[in-house]
Amino acid sequence: MTREELPNLAESKLTALVVDDNFVNQSIHQKLLSRLGIQNDVVCNGKEAVDAHCSGRNYDLILMDMDMPIMNGTQATKRLREMGIESKIAGVTTRANEGEKKEFMEAGLNDFQEKPLTISKLLSILHKLDFYVQT
Amino acid sequence: MDLVQMQKSLQDYTKSLFLEGILDSQFLQLQQLQDESNPDFVSQVVTLFFQDSDRILNDLSLSLGQQVVDFKKVDPHVHQLKGSSSSIGAQRVKNACVVFRNFCEQQNVEACHRCLQQVKQEYYLVKNRLETLFKLEQQIVASGGMIPAVELGF
Repeated sequence: MTREELPNLAESKLTALVVDDNFVNQSIHQKLLSRLGIQNDVVCNGKEAVDAHCSGRNYDLILMDMDMPIMNGTQATKRLREMGIESKIAGVTTRANEGEKKEFMEAGLNDFQEKPLTISKLLSILHKLDFYVQT
Repeated sequence: MDLVQMQKSLQDYTKSLFLEGILDSQFLQLQQLQDESNPDFVSQVVTLFFQDSDRILNDLSLSLGQQVVDFKKVDPHVHQLKGSSSSIGAQRVKNACVVFRNFCEQQNVEACHRCLQQVKQEYYLVKNRLETLFKLEQQIVASGGMIPAVELGF
């Protein structure tokens, strides 16, 4: 897909939260979202994601890493759902075993993608979660 | 060397990194994200990777150097390095980390020491090659030229 063919979702005013403890991944995920016109914030672990929502912030989409210190993605997803957060949450992680994936999904994910994240994987998430608008 | 020759050298050099398996298609993904609003995106992310990796490799050396190795400390570091190397397309570093993690699971100290050496070797190789790549790009830009797109053709 060329740069010119990428949909720009800026008009839809979508917002996203990147939850990842790895600075390289944070940078890439934020750039992927920005490239599609999606405003985004970043936090470093599940607890910060929960705290952000407790302070009143809300997002259309959360890209949730699985392995993080303090509070991992599975715990954070469960906690956010218990709080009544209805944002779409997509788990993104490097290859996890089937048991770990199942536990992560059952915590309340709407979708799951293996890292590394690419433009097509992100578009697939947006499409599956009904965010993607054909231009 | 004139501009056209420099651009050809860069293309050939970049291709060689893919042919040798040092980089994979994820690196192309990063290049696709680079644009006029952020023309240094790839080098910024790769610099982050270098900083992160230097720290992780140092921590791993310390952890594995302990009398009693705590694999609960070693494994997360290797996992981190596997993740970030995968994200920038540093294929051989990632693959070395996969092997390393398997030996962490087995708590095989000797094998982990060997793995650390292998990871370091692959990391210094990709670091060296990417630094050369960025220097070639800088030379082209300094000469007023554009960085050619990579055409892998395989």
